[in-house]
Amino acid sequence: MIIAGSTSVQPYAELLEEAFAVYAENTLLYQCTIDIQGGGSAAGLTAAETNVADIGMSSRELRETEKEQLPYIFEIAKDGLAIIVHPSNPVANLTTNQLRQIYTQETKNWSELGGNDAAIHVITREDGSGTRSAFEELVMGKTEGIHPKAIVQNSNGAVRLLVSDDPNAIGFISLGLIEAHEGQKEVKSLKLEGIDAIPENVKNGTYQLSRPFIFAAKTEPAGVSKDFIDFIFSPAGKAILAQEGLIV
Amino acid sequence: MKKIGHMGGKIAKTLIWFAALMVLALLFFIIIHILVKGLPAIDWRFLTDIPRSMGREGGIASTIVGTLMVTAVAIVIAIPFGIGSAVYLAEYTHENIVTRVIRFSAEALAGIPSIVYGLFGFIFFVIYLNLGWSVLSGGLTMAVMILPTIIRTSEEAILAVPNSYREVSYSLGGTKWQTIVKAVFPSASRGVFNGVMLSIGRCIAETAAVMLTAGSSLGMPTSLFAPTRTMAVHFYILALEGISMKNAYATAALLIILIFIVNVAANMLMSKISAKESVKAKR
Amino acid sequence: MKMKKELSGYVFFIFALSAISVLALITLFIIARGAPLIAKVGLFNFLFGMEWAPSQEKFGIFPMIVGSVSVTLGAALIGVPVGICCSIFLTEFAPPALGNIFRPAIQLLAGIPSVVYGFWGLLFVVPFIRNYLGGPGLSILAGAVILAIMILPTVISISEVSLLALPRQYKEGALALGMTHWQTIYSVMLPAAKSGIVAAVILGIGRAIGETMAAIMILGNAVALPSSILDPVRTLTTNIGIEMGYASGDHQQALFATGIVLFAIIMVLNASAQYIVRRRGK
Repeated sequence: MIIAGSTSVQPYAELLEEAFAVYAENTLLYQCTIDIQGGGSAAGLTAAETNVADIGMSSRELRETEKEQLPYIFEIAKDGLAIIVHPSNPVANLTTNQLRQIYTQETKNWSELGGNDAAIHVITREDGSGTRSAFEELVMGKTEGIHPKAIVQNSNGAVRLLVSDDPNAIGFISLGLIEAHEGQKEVKSLKLEGIDAIPENVKNGTYQLSRPFIFAAKTEPAGVSKDFIDFIFSPAGKAILAQEGLIV
Repeated sequence: MKKIGHMGGKIAKTLIWFAALMVLALLFFIIIHILVKGLPAIDWRFLTDIPRSMGREGGIASTIVGTLMVTAVAIVIAIPFGIGSAVYLAEYTHENIVTRVIRFSAEALAGIPSIVYGLFGFIFFVIYLNLGWSVLSGGLTMAVMILPTIIRTSEEAILAVPNSYREVSYSLGGTKWQTIVKAVFPSASRGVFNGVMLSIGRCIAETAAVMLTAGSSLGMPTSLFAPTRTMAVHFYILALEGISMKNAYATAALLIILIFIVNVAANMLMSKISAKESVKAKR
Repeated sequence: MKMKKELSGYVFFIFALSAISVLALITLFIIARGAPLIAKVGLFNFLFGMEWAPSQEKFGIFPMIVGSVSVTLGAALIGVPVGICCSIFLTEFAPPALGNIFRPAIQLLAGIPSVVYGFWGLLFVVPFIRNYLGGPGLSILAGAVILAIMILPTVISISEVSLLALPRQYKEGALALGMTHWQTIYSVMLPAAKSGIVAAVILGIGRAIGETMAAIMILGNAVALPSSILDPVRTLTTNIGIEMGYASGDHQQALFATGIVLFAIIMVLNASAQYIVRRRGK
């Protein structure tokens, strides 16, 4: 069985798969391997449509055409988008409007936001990424695009690495990845409109920046697929996702 | 005039020494940095355990197996085609339009960026032939990529075999096929082997093309049709997704050690074979 | 017996067709995937368009062509002189013991995965540029430095081979005429080995243009015309590498179309390198 798609969802799917393999062996009494593939939301959904993969993973809402092809849609979790800066940056809060102006480069210097007198190094994700389209939808609105001079990185981790290293950078990543793991430097997540970027606030709807993590399939999951999806929505599966900072 | 020439010579010589030592120092810096950070995390468990928690915990056994499988497929496929091409070019034909086109193709293939191979492998092997992201797709893509290296090094090695070898074989009544297999090939084998080793190194190190064709699944590949993640791709994901710097460094250190072993093996076998040959020649 | 001889010839001929067929397949599949988009957007708009925003149906790759050219040029400016110096060092100056360390070291340099270089650049080169020269660090300059290191093995080994291939009489004659060692190198050996060195440079440039993973990590990938070497840029290769995962439909075709442009550039470079080498042969 193959699951393919969003690189944002992939790490969490790998964690779930690991736990599921143990659960399947002990409780369901069979052995199975599920291959979790990256590739990206669009590639994964295409793979599911063409039966290259059994399930496609997406880190954004499905488009109408995709929904027609893949009618079995499971939202496994919600993920907040955190706005991150270097820990030494004195700025602690931004309004959505200020954030938009940073990404259109109308605001170019941190001093305009009460920070140091230094140019803002804007970091974004690549065009087509689920994380980027969620950010564009929620922050930029329909009319304005992210300025082309913005630095583009193609993973949450790369954005985090850069921001942790550059006192003047700003970027957005998955909420679950703010905390520093061993070997990583700290980053600071900003409040948006005065609201802390924490799972509780995403859950109660006060923190606006979030997107769904979706599993989508062409046919109704059966056999291992069904067991796996059931497992994800079981208390054990939810606990794994919640522990990683996702909202279930 | 002469004096200025001397001065210029001194300066140039100093600059050349400086450049060479800089390059050497830089190389050692890169390698030692990776080894110092990576070696402490490498132990038996790291080599034999499969990755857990996305690679944050556990080892990298499945990526080692994946790397070896992709490399093996590539080598097994590329060797007959590569060496066969070389034999044809060197033994069966004179320079003509066909050989020129073949040579041009091989040189052109050698220059194509790996990302373009990745695009091709994705659209041809993964999608068109419906092999999916798999060891086979990755291996075939790499086979195409290393083909020109094997053709070129093998042809050079075959052309370097003295003509007297062939003449002796023919005078003993050998057919062309026998001559190639028994007389030409044994003495060309060191060059051919060197090319194969270079190609193995290239397969181990490749990232872009393999990621698009073999995939990035962490599981232990159980067949040629299973997707896999090679060590180089694993390093890229660990380092750039920021999953575990410790395991990223350890993977990189292991990669460098592997490449080093491949290089040393190539050099040692080459000198061994050439030593044997010189003994033979003396007789 | 005659039959067998001919049969083996045919078998080898079939093997020998592999390179041509594969090249044809690659060309065919890349063009078939990318050409429809170029036709739709128009070749001129595609090559010289300033805006790349696939989600808004804007497909202009001019900033990436500028990116590829500037990074490659930078890499060549740094890597070629250093590489040629190293090859002269190896053939003329290096004590045997040092040469025996240097050659395997260069071989190892060639074998290290490009992702490792990219990572190393991200850890050392990028912060250095950010702290001491300004800008975000991810820049043309950072890319040029890392790619210069990566093309060194190509430049060094091919230049060395062409220097070693010179007949001994060249050097001996020049020395006998009373030239100094350096004058001999500079005015006799280097000119005589020129075409080989030029081929080395072109192949090095080809490698730099084609590099993807390291470039993704250190160039910053912004799709805008750079105004200084401290600005981030995106190259043709990184455009494919960074967006391939998420692309579908027209967007994916546009990346294949980017591949066509890259492919064409590499073919021209290669053909010129081969032309130069062959002219030397005559």
